[in-house]
Amino acid sequence: MSVQFFLQQCLIGLTNGALIALVALGYTMVYGIIGLINFAHGDLIMLGACLALSIVTALGLAAAGPTATWLGIAMLVVVCGLFCGGLNLAVDRIVYKPLRTAPKLAPLVSAIGVSFIFMNIGLFWIGPADRSFPELLPAANLLPGEGLQFTWKDLLVVLVVVPLMVALSLLVKSTRLGKAMRAVSQDATAAALVGIDVDRVIAATFFIGGFLGGAASVIYGLYINTIGFQMGFQNGLYAFTAAVLGGIGSIPGAVVGGIVIGLVRALSSAYVGERWTGAIVFAILIVILVFRPEGLLGRRTREKV
Amino acid sequence: MPRPATAVDVATGLPARAGVLAWLRERWEIVALAVLALAPLVVPALGGALGGQMTTLFIYCILALGLNVMVGYTGLVHLGIAAFFGIGAYLMAILTVPMYPFQIGWLAAAVVSVLLTAGIGLALGAPTLRLRGDYLAIVTLGFGEVVKVTLRNLEQITGGMKGLNPVPPPGAGVKVAGIDLGLAFAIDPRWFYYLSLLALAGVVVAMRRLEHSRLGRAWVAVREDELAASAMGISATRVKLSAFAMSSAVAGLAGCLYAGSLSTTADPNAYDFNRSIMVLCAVILGGLGSIPGTLLGVAILVGFDTVLAPWADSLIQQMNINPLGSSLLSFSGWRLAIFGLALVLVMRYRPEGLVPSRRLAAELREAHP
Repeated sequence: MSVQFFLQQCLIGLTNGALIALVALGYTMVYGIIGLINFAHGDLIMLGACLALSIVTALGLAAAGPTATWLGIAMLVVVCGLFCGGLNLAVDRIVYKPLRTAPKLAPLVSAIGVSFIFMNIGLFWIGPADRSFPELLPAANLLPGEGLQFTWKDLLVVLVVVPLMVALSLLVKSTRLGKAMRAVSQDATAAALVGIDVDRVIAATFFIGGFLGGAASVIYGLYINTIGFQMGFQNGLYAFTAAVLGGIGSIPGAVVGGIVIGLVRALSSAYVGERWTGAIVFAILIVILVFRPEGLLGRRTREKV
Repeated sequence: MPRPATAVDVATGLPARAGVLAWLRERWEIVALAVLALAPLVVPALGGALGGQMTTLFIYCILALGLNVMVGYTGLVHLGIAAFFGIGAYLMAILTVPMYPFQIGWLAAAVVSVLLTAGIGLALGAPTLRLRGDYLAIVTLGFGEVVKVTLRNLEQITGGMKGLNPVPPPGAGVKVAGIDLGLAFAIDPRWFYYLSLLALAGVVVAMRRLEHSRLGRAWVAVREDELAASAMGISATRVKLSAFAMSSAVAGLAGCLYAGSLSTTADPNAYDFNRSIMVLCAVILGGLGSIPGTLLGVAILVGFDTVLAPWADSLIQQMNINPLGSSLLSFSGWRLAIFGLALVLVMRYRPEGLVPSRRLAAELREAHP
């Protein structure tokens, strides 16, 4: 167990964490704005990965040259992003919107229902067995020397995740829509009183969260190389844990949380054993919720009447 | 002196009902119990595989009634009830299987494992119950995953994927009037049918008593308005904790019966998130906080898997419309979508469930701004 091995695991953890963070953003944004744990988010990403696999197979991208491959990946990110964003938007319109004034249990249970429906669609789409996602990128190491491995796949994660996160924080910080989103998440009634179209803001949030999830689904396929109709549950849970860890509702929190969860997963797989990873991640989640329920970067909120 | 036009139900404060339906509503459990108790005398199939299936149905009913304490009465979303089901089953097995030195006998083992399961519920509940509702849901979900992974990985203690067995039948070696009880339980499924029916009847009676007791009313008060309840002198934390412990204990009882009736704990996947969610679906579909609703919900869900889906599948097979065996054309291929759609539709149009608790229906219908 050398230092180098440790550093390598950290690198794996960072890349994995960036991916988790992208999914966690979808949870945290929706929760921040309407207080809903969107159970179906993980399965939405599963459907995105199914679409990505179908497109890759239909276009025969696995046999394409390097330029075509990179163009194809860019196209996949956009198409799957739009698909997941649109689907998320539609689900909000059809399922959650009529329940805005209902007790909190109703949308939560509906989200579980939507997740079942998505899983069934995924089952019909790619079948019950896990499917392998073609390796589109060369496995060559980009770092000099024999020691640390940093491949094209890792670079791809950075190339997609970092610009998306920068774009998201610019959007939330400096646009009109972003300002409206922050206002609605603080107090929807007050936001409506000053003339913000709350429904439009919620719709935009669902779309953006879904878009990030769709992008994540493409990277997931290219990076992990195995997809299955049940992948949504586990991955969704890790991402949700990341969102809670960072402080749910907080956008930088989701990023920090994602990276921490990625590191924990990589290190516990390496030093404790792969089969305990799930238990360790959730044990951490429980401990955090008990001792610091507001998360690492979240604000402390009091229950209001 | 004229009687008041409408009598008022003391427990709910809502107008009381009259007529045959109302009588059936009040006394349905006696009718159901009588029918189920006499059934094995009339239906020979209950001495075979059907008896085992009915036993499983009763056990899930008990599990769902346990969950109903948390979700229905107290309004706390619990997504890991299967973990407590599993803990009950494994404790039962550890206390009775030959590979451990305890072997304390069936009844004693059941009592000890129910108490221990409740204790584990308390230990998890004590630090987490001050969390907001949806955080609590996630903690219970995470706990469920931790338990499943632990059961799977601690092979020296839990037998890993093989589970623990054989769990001896109740009354092994005890002879009553020349009948070896253990042998009788092992051979004839009707013995377990009656044992689990008895346990279910006991749980139903206990729940009915609890509903109207001081504690039961405190659960409902905390669900309806925690702040108002604490202003009236109810300690919300203690009340929630007692609901958590009660839920865990009843789930533990279901686990004991489950391990006993199968004579094994089965593999840890029997206690995973899917099981928790299915039980939750049963409670929600049937009617949160309603005992007949919960039982009906379980009957519908179990009936769907064991009766309706196989029947519809064989019908499709006979009609020969699916020669290629496409999963799109098999009824059971749509199982998840049907459950999901049912959940969404129930939440949208009838959030109080099929057989609603009147009080909860009134609460759910009132819009929360």
